[in-house]
Amino acid sequence: MKLFRSSSNQSETSATQQKLTRRSSGIGEIARVLNSQEGLYVLDLGSTSANNIQFFTGHGHKNYSEDLLRFSLDPSLRVQDANGNSIVDPDKFLRENLSYQNGQFDIVLCWNLPDYMEENLVKPTIDRLWSVMKPGGLLLAFFHTRDAGPDSVCYRYHVDGTDMLEMQEVKFAPPGRPSSEKQSPRLQRVFNNRHIENLFRDFASIKFFLARDAIREVLVVR
Amino acid sequence: MDPSQAKELATIGKSLVIKGELSGSEDLYIDGQVEGSIDLRTHSVTIGPNGNVKAGINAKAIVVQGRVDGSLSAADRLDLRKSAVVTGDVTTQRISIEEGAFLKGKVDIQKEAGKGAASS
Repeated sequence: MKLFRSSSNQSETSATQQKLTRRSSGIGEIARVLNSQEGLYVLDLGSTSANNIQFFTGHGHKNYSEDLLRFSLDPSLRVQDANGNSIVDPDKFLRENLSYQNGQFDIVLCWNLPDYMEENLVKPTIDRLWSVMKPGGLLLAFFHTRDAGPDSVCYRYHVDGTDMLEMQEVKFAPPGRPSSEKQSPRLQRVFNNRHIENLFRDFASIKFFLARDAIREVLVVR
Repeated sequence: MDPSQAKELATIGKSLVIKGELSGSEDLYIDGQVEGSIDLRTHSVTIGPNGNVKAGINAKAIVVQGRVDGSLSAADRLDLRKSAVVTGDVTTQRISIEEGAFLKGKVDIQKEAGKGAASS
């Protein structure tokens, strides 16, 4: 399984890396909740973002940050399955991540995590998120559509309290490699609508937003 | 450093390993390994790029360039530089996070005498 895109560009991510923007109906709905209430518990599963921390804490919310994609690449989590294939052990992964009380979070920002995680982690991770969310809590996730190729850029997202998102390419150094060899994670699969509905079948409701950039936004209510 | 601005600074070099409670009244630079707790409420703690700290840190200001496993409480400000890897809850009035820094945990911005801020 390829976890990273092949690329000749191995330059290190810099503060001047280009940032793009996109309009997001899903984050627009979440922003309305964040702007109108205080003291919400927000779990951000993307790369650490000062913008997001500033926005959440500035509006009186409790911010928890956990870069799950990066953690899923930890070599110490890998085991061999019955067929001798190297996989991430989902039980160990969940022992070391997403360790929160049940019903703690009002909002979970999943971003594009399910598209880039290894297959056997996706469902256990969504199930754990269901457990740590409050009833009525909101989860936002982005899924690529069939139009997206395997080399679709993996982005991190910065919120500003509106329906606009700032996007920045994510690059990690593959396990055991120096930071000078950072690469962008590779899209692992494309979920169709039925897959997504199955993934979130334990949740109360699901709403889809189609965007022009081969992204399907999904807003789920616990 | 300008000698006129020089302050007392204790250094734990990168070959040093310390286990236990650290407290005192001078700034501290850690480029080695520390396990236990660090309490310098009126001074600053800097974790250098080779620093590996498994301890809760309580200080006036904290700068992290290396790795920390433990909660961080900075009365004034917390700077996470681009090579920082922090696993633990964070409490501070102001936080600065450079691109590339990594934080896993809760962020609690204490608003005291004005609003808190995070910047990159």
